[in-house]
Amino acid sequence: MKLENMYQEIILDHYKRPHGKGLNEEFQAEVHHVNPTCGDEITLRVSGNEDGTISVSYDNQGCSISQASASIMFDQINNLNFEHGEGAVEHLVAMLQRAEDPNEDVLGDGIALVGVAQYPARVKCALLPWMAWKDAAIQAGMKKEK
Amino acid sequence: MSTLDVAAIRADFPILKRTVRNDRRLVYLDSGATSQKPYQVLDAERDFYENHNAAVHRGAHLLAEEATDAFEHARANIASFIGANADDLVFTKNATEAINLVSYAFLNATLKSAHKKALPPGSERFILKVGDEILVTEMEHHANLVPWQELCDKTGAVLRWIGLTDEGRLDLSDETLFNERTRIVALTHQSNLLGTVNDIPAIVKSARAVDALILLDSCQSVPHMSVDVSTLGVDFLTWSGHKMLGPLGIGCLWGRADLLAAMPPFITGGSMIEVVSMAGTTFAAPPKRFEAGVPMAAQAVGLSAAVDYLRVLGMDKVAAHEHEMTKATIAGLQSIPGVRIIGPEDLVDRGSAVSFVIEGLHPHDVGQVLDESGVAVRVGQHCAKPVCTRYGIAAATRATYYIYNDLDDVEALIEGVHAAKKFFGV
Repeated sequence: MKLENMYQEIILDHYKRPHGKGLNEEFQAEVHHVNPTCGDEITLRVSGNEDGTISVSYDNQGCSISQASASIMFDQINNLNFEHGEGAVEHLVAMLQRAEDPNEDVLGDGIALVGVAQYPARVKCALLPWMAWKDAAIQAGMKKEK
Repeated sequence: MSTLDVAAIRADFPILKRTVRNDRRLVYLDSGATSQKPYQVLDAERDFYENHNAAVHRGAHLLAEEATDAFEHARANIASFIGANADDLVFTKNATEAINLVSYAFLNATLKSAHKKALPPGSERFILKVGDEILVTEMEHHANLVPWQELCDKTGAVLRWIGLTDEGRLDLSDETLFNERTRIVALTHQSNLLGTVNDIPAIVKSARAVDALILLDSCQSVPHMSVDVSTLGVDFLTWSGHKMLGPLGIGCLWGRADLLAAMPPFITGGSMIEVVSMAGTTFAAPPKRFEAGVPMAAQAVGLSAAVDYLRVLGMDKVAAHEHEMTKATIAGLQSIPGVRIIGPEDLVDRGSAVSFVIEGLHPHDVGQVLDESGVAVRVGQHCAKPVCTRYGIAAATRATYYIYNDLDDVEALIEGVHAAKKFFGV
């Protein structure tokens, strides 16, 4: 059964015990992203810290992949600056859409999402929270023009 | 005992010979989204392209004549399948376009009237004023909801809707929903998510009492049961070809002749005109008025072959066959702890779309486990988000049946649901 390739133990752990779920009261930008074909939804808030990093909080509902991915996103991106956070998003996109080798230093448990790439319909589920973070961070003006 | 010879039917569908994930046989339970196609339909379409291909209603050559004959023969044959005349059947690209064609008849009549432009005789029925009402139901597919919301936004008409009971039926207790401001009642014959078959005679009676028009979205009924517009009492019937063994890219609008004649066109251009000058244009009579551009002749020929295929089986037998599988599916799902069926659990006035949720499991994950064992279902909101909201669910898993399914397929679904629960430990 190939199913275990996608639903690795680590993914199911994040799904059952998500990290960082729950919205912060204070925020600079809030986004609501949905995957209308399957009903995944995430509300995500960001706020800038004094050191230039970004705090993230979220609440969501959806399939195991989107929920686990949000939990992993929190672990990897919370309190990074925009540049590093965006780099992590790009790594995930490269792994899922271009079959590039994952970098565990950047993606952490996110490398366990590699099996999702075999199921194109699920890639959107995995990307949903990360794309929501990027959108919120840009809306909050945290992307610095070079 | 099945009412259909499923083994013989399955032999007509080439796709059922292939295997899917893990070399499993394909258990296709997604015909509500699109049906598979038999050789007879594929051969008819191929024959058109190989031997008769030309742009219909144009050209002075033999192929153009043959193509036009084939196209118009298909129209007559498909029309007769629902008890209609050929002239009252309009081909569209899909059922969504067919519904938009009617909603835009209202919009275009209203706009042209406001600017005192020429309209066909009888078009008053389509001119809306602020405060007029469009009545839909809470169980509509987005295709029979969003066009009417848009029409209301553009005209100042008001959208009202018939709510749903906890059992998944229309709640017809509020009689004021049908009133003198109601201009059209647009509803589904069979809900694509709940499986509910609506009481059309009751709707017709209420709508007629206030002189409202009735549009019936029949995407989930024409493929699955006998539908006859000569006795149904509605004004418009819309459905798609690809859900009834036909090709993709063709839908149908049947309309009462006097109403089609009174409607301004939707999409404009070649083929649908009478006389064109730089100063203005007059339009062809229906159905051509609503068929701008070179039409989908090969798809019409394919759909005509699909109609022939279903006619030989007999629609009453098709309905009885699906009923058996619906019964087994509902019983099977009811026996599994934590499974909730969304839609009627009794078998009266119920079609073969069976949707369900499993406590603690998201439908996308259920669908993934089913797919692993070769069972193809649809998961998500089924283009019916308000239905999901009504029943407090984010999404659902849906099985739909057709002529090539049998009780083994039901069993594969039920086993798959058990497997999903086991895999995720719920």
